[in-house]
Amino acid sequence: MRLAIVGMGAIGASTARLADSFGHTVTAVADEDSAATDEAGIDVGSVLERKEVEGILGEQSVDAAIGAEYDCLVEVSAAALGDAEPAFSHVATALGRDRNVVLGAKEPVAQRYGALKELEAESDGQLRYEATIDGLLPVLSTIGDVGADRITGVRGVFNGFANFILSRMTTEELGYEHVLAEAQDLGVADVDPTFDVEGTDSALTCSILANELWWPDREFTTEDVAIDGITEVEGSAIELAKEDGMTVRLIGEVQSDKLRVAPRTIPTGSSLAISGSRTVVELDVRHAGRLSVSSSATSSEEIAAAMLTDVNRLGD
Amino acid sequence: MHTHTIRLELVDQPGELLRALEPIAENGGNLLSIFHERGNITPRGHIPVEVDVSAPPSRFDEIIAGLRDAGINVVQVGGERYSESITVILSGHLVDTGLSDTLQRIRDESNSSITELSLAAPEGTRDISSARLRLGTATGEVENTMRVIREIAAEKDLNLIEPLELGGDG
Repeated sequence: MRLAIVGMGAIGASTARLADSFGHTVTAVADEDSAATDEAGIDVGSVLERKEVEGILGEQSVDAAIGAEYDCLVEVSAAALGDAEPAFSHVATALGRDRNVVLGAKEPVAQRYGALKELEAESDGQLRYEATIDGLLPVLSTIGDVGADRITGVRGVFNGFANFILSRMTTEELGYEHVLAEAQDLGVADVDPTFDVEGTDSALTCSILANELWWPDREFTTEDVAIDGITEVEGSAIELAKEDGMTVRLIGEVQSDKLRVAPRTIPTGSSLAISGSRTVVELDVRHAGRLSVSSSATSSEEIAAAMLTDVNRLGD
Repeated sequence: MHTHTIRLELVDQPGELLRALEPIAENGGNLLSIFHERGNITPRGHIPVEVDVSAPPSRFDEIIAGLRDAGINVVQVGGERYSESITVILSGHLVDTGLSDTLQRIRDESNSSITELSLAAPEGTRDISSARLRLGTATGEVENTMRVIREIAAEKDLNLIEPLELGGDG
């Protein structure tokens, strides 16, 4: 399949590099203000090098990349939290051209779910966004298989970085600021980790899951999520939890009457008490108990692989 | 196991309290607390005593029958009280914002009782510290109790960590 990849951060670049091994040809790449296209296939190595050296991918504009020849748009560019732009418009254009779209950016799905579904319904192209929920975890496929109407709620640890911080605070008995600074030194943290530690990223996941379960009866955005991050979690609070056989994790909860992200105490032995930069999602399935899927897919290469897996699911 | 509060009025004579407790133990009750109001004599000259007992629901009636058979004056049998337990963690300027006031208000504004308090103040109590509170609350009152705790925490700018699973046997 011919791919246009928009967004050349770590995940976009990994996707471009891995595309060939998944049997695809990259015909367009774009970042915020430059793009390169080639119907015959782009030399991914050299455009990425050009970006490194000259700061641009090529001479073309983002719009040219979105209007170029491809079968599937892979959209991973940074999007505004509120209106999910410019990612949303990129998706709208591609679907309007009856192209397939695979999303890595969460915002369009979390914030404009209904509009996205309508665009997909009017298009001959298909839309996939499994990678927006914890990388390779087949959460959305599982919801599809089980049937959304049989799932009464979802909860989980949705953000690997926040989980890394909390588990390190727990095992090393260090304070939040200390662990965060250390993670930034190690390059584990984004330059701006607010998105992760203040719970915004987990809230996007909550909104996507809620829409997946209850749209079109109801539509959700992060405005519907009560959000509390981990920045105020004290080392002494974790100590007290530990003494009581508990631990603290940033938990996302999706229930029909409430969407919530907050640090919560959970029993040390529970399936949600995972350590390190891992994520876990638990589905409450009517008559079938709790189904749990856990992953460690948080590196950009793993997320790229998740998106390319989505590309391979097109046409199913 | 459910927790019940039983109010008794005992005759003011030696050994009477012990006699009142025997039927509880004999019928499988677990005595949680005794509140013995010696200074507060009733108009009939009896001493009011309040006991909290946890027992399997099936045995509770036998406990009451046992007390009455022993000639103990049972004046009030509380429905189950404080049968669910909630543990929360509060962090912040706990001491500066009045820890005892915080605890008092939780008790006053919700149908609950604080059964355990652990404090961790690594930088000294004048700085940021954390407290783990275990509360017993009545069945059906868990959400209300949490609402009260949330309000007080927000008002005093304390960071509250709630358990994911609320309630459970107290």
